[in-house]
Amino acid sequence: MLKSRKAAALLIVLAASSAAAQTQVPQTDAEPAAVQSFGLGRPALPEEVAAWDKDVSPDGTGLPEGFGDVATGEERYLEHCAACHGDFAEGLDNWPALSGGEGTLDRADPEKTVGSYWPYLSTVWDYVHHSMPFGNAQILTADETYAITAYLLYSNALVEDDFVLSKDNFTEIEMPNAAGFVEDDRADVEYPIFTAEPCMENCKESVEITMNASVLDVTPGDDSAAPDAATEDGTAVAPVN
Amino acid sequence: MTGQSGLTSRRGFMRAGLAAGVALPAIATMARAQGGPDPLITEVQDWARYLGDGVDASPYGMPIRFESDVIRRNVSWLTADTISSINFTPIHQLDGTITPAGCAFERHHSGAIELAKPDYRLMINGLVERELIFTYEDLERFPRSQGVYFCECAANSGMEWAGAQLNGSQFTHGMIHNMEYVGVPLKTLLAEAGVKLEGKWIFVEGADASSNGRSIPIEKAVDDVMVAFKANGEALRKEHGYPARLVVPGWEGNLWVKWLRRIEVTAGPVESREETSKYTDTLANGISRKWTWVMDAKSVVTAPSPQVGIKHGPGPMVITGLAWSGRGAITRVDVSTDGGKNWSAARLAQPGAPMAMTRFYLDHVWNGEEMLLQSRAVDDTGYVQPTKTALREIRGENSIYHNNAIQTWWIKKDGSAENVEVS
Repeated sequence: MLKSRKAAALLIVLAASSAAAQTQVPQTDAEPAAVQSFGLGRPALPEEVAAWDKDVSPDGTGLPEGFGDVATGEERYLEHCAACHGDFAEGLDNWPALSGGEGTLDRADPEKTVGSYWPYLSTVWDYVHHSMPFGNAQILTADETYAITAYLLYSNALVEDDFVLSKDNFTEIEMPNAAGFVEDDRADVEYPIFTAEPCMENCKESVEITMNASVLDVTPGDDSAAPDAATEDGTAVAPVN
Repeated sequence: MTGQSGLTSRRGFMRAGLAAGVALPAIATMARAQGGPDPLITEVQDWARYLGDGVDASPYGMPIRFESDVIRRNVSWLTADTISSINFTPIHQLDGTITPAGCAFERHHSGAIELAKPDYRLMINGLVERELIFTYEDLERFPRSQGVYFCECAANSGMEWAGAQLNGSQFTHGMIHNMEYVGVPLKTLLAEAGVKLEGKWIFVEGADASSNGRSIPIEKAVDDVMVAFKANGEALRKEHGYPARLVVPGWEGNLWVKWLRRIEVTAGPVESREETSKYTDTLANGISRKWTWVMDAKSVVTAPSPQVGIKHGPGPMVITGLAWSGRGAITRVDVSTDGGKNWSAARLAQPGAPMAMTRFYLDHVWNGEEMLLQSRAVDDTGYVQPTKTALREIRGENSIYHNNAIQTWWIKKDGSAENVEVS
């Protein structure tokens, strides 16, 4: 990471008032000078900021006024979401499951859903509001998003069927896996172990092949066609979705 | 002209032969095998007599048709659809370090969108003195910087955590590209807006439906992050974020927000979908790491490899591959031909550069016996690329992302190669 002294110096520079003179940041030949202002761009109007700045943080920052209940959420969900995610948010085909998987995170095949994995409800609201339905995003009103979020809570057995979610009670909801995350600790846990002069000669007594990719046979051929037995044996991993 | 008809018919025959595949080389090989002269030399060939294409034939060229297999490939079973999906750079057939943009991998969450420069707007808002809107033309008026950096998807090699699965470096290591970028340092744009003291993070998002919003600490934002509009000399390709993307040297590809439309200065992290549900790494005990931004030192032998067997038999050969680190420059790459019993330092084509790809070569004399090929990268922090076993001991098999383990190719006596794991 960065040397904090350098970062602090830069922050002071960036926070300087517009009256400040040119910065004193040391620079290489490859780096242009960061002068205070080029006078480029124009002020963003409040309507423009409101149109694009819609993200919601875990403490509720960014939440608009509004509310929605589970029953309304179920209606909207069946209309916009169930075709991919299933009537009960259980997921269809390869589309993501949004419910279930409780208690599976330490198992061989963890099932990560809103209920079992997601740490913050704010992310559900924000992501649904900005990026769903898939292929027709940004059509949901704030109230519809509250309602669908309430339905997803219900589908994960986290609220009763008469629950009403609103801006006012939003941050009272604690997700089951909120405490399930730690900040990147590789610097403490891994780097000391992996920063040692490595063995160069006679490092092992013997070498045995323990796994073969050809056994699975899931690599696309030259025609890029789907392999016949894709994930039948359960060993294939789909890392992106 | 005299003899034209005979020549024309011969030319037609040659064309047909080429179209049918390898007729000409086969004839030549046969002649040589019998100890005779090579007709490719002794007979005047069409290309030595007739004319080639004019300079107006291809205003923007594509690779010659004989290279038509050097393409991005898709693994259809990986994802539910091809819109929120990944494809793979053909690293097994490339050399040097710069990835041609036309076959550099793509990863989208709501497809590759078409955004024209006149329609482009970049907003800076939040904890700043001046909330601003820039046009594309505005961006080109700021002082520029340039840098070569690798962009590696956090999920690169992710399918290999539980075992050896895909046969080819394109599929095991091809979620990566390395380009020369030109753009505006993000700190220049942030200075234009004036970051307030309480602004400790930025939240960046794209213009596409998925938005791909991510939180980045202000320290990184004002260090070496760039808003890039050129790659390998030309405008970004549509699929790589045209007309402007974020370049975040050394950090996981997901943070390299394409079609960048907004930079919000915030007091804390937004904890968006792409840094909670995704791009968090679950350990064996069920606890997950978050904000695993840096891509650790990694390497792979690109040839020989499962898609590039040895076809020339025993004797001199080139073992080559790529190494990179998100924490600095590659200082050394060791190569083993016996599954890690013994190692020798490979030759770096150029000294390693920070957060950029490094090409290595081991000029080898193959005795025709089986090999278990491995490469092991070392960066300037002293970090040595670990084995998959060593990573699994710490993380288990379910972390999906950040698999930078040593890769093994089993080279068989017939020169074919397979993705394997060894003890």
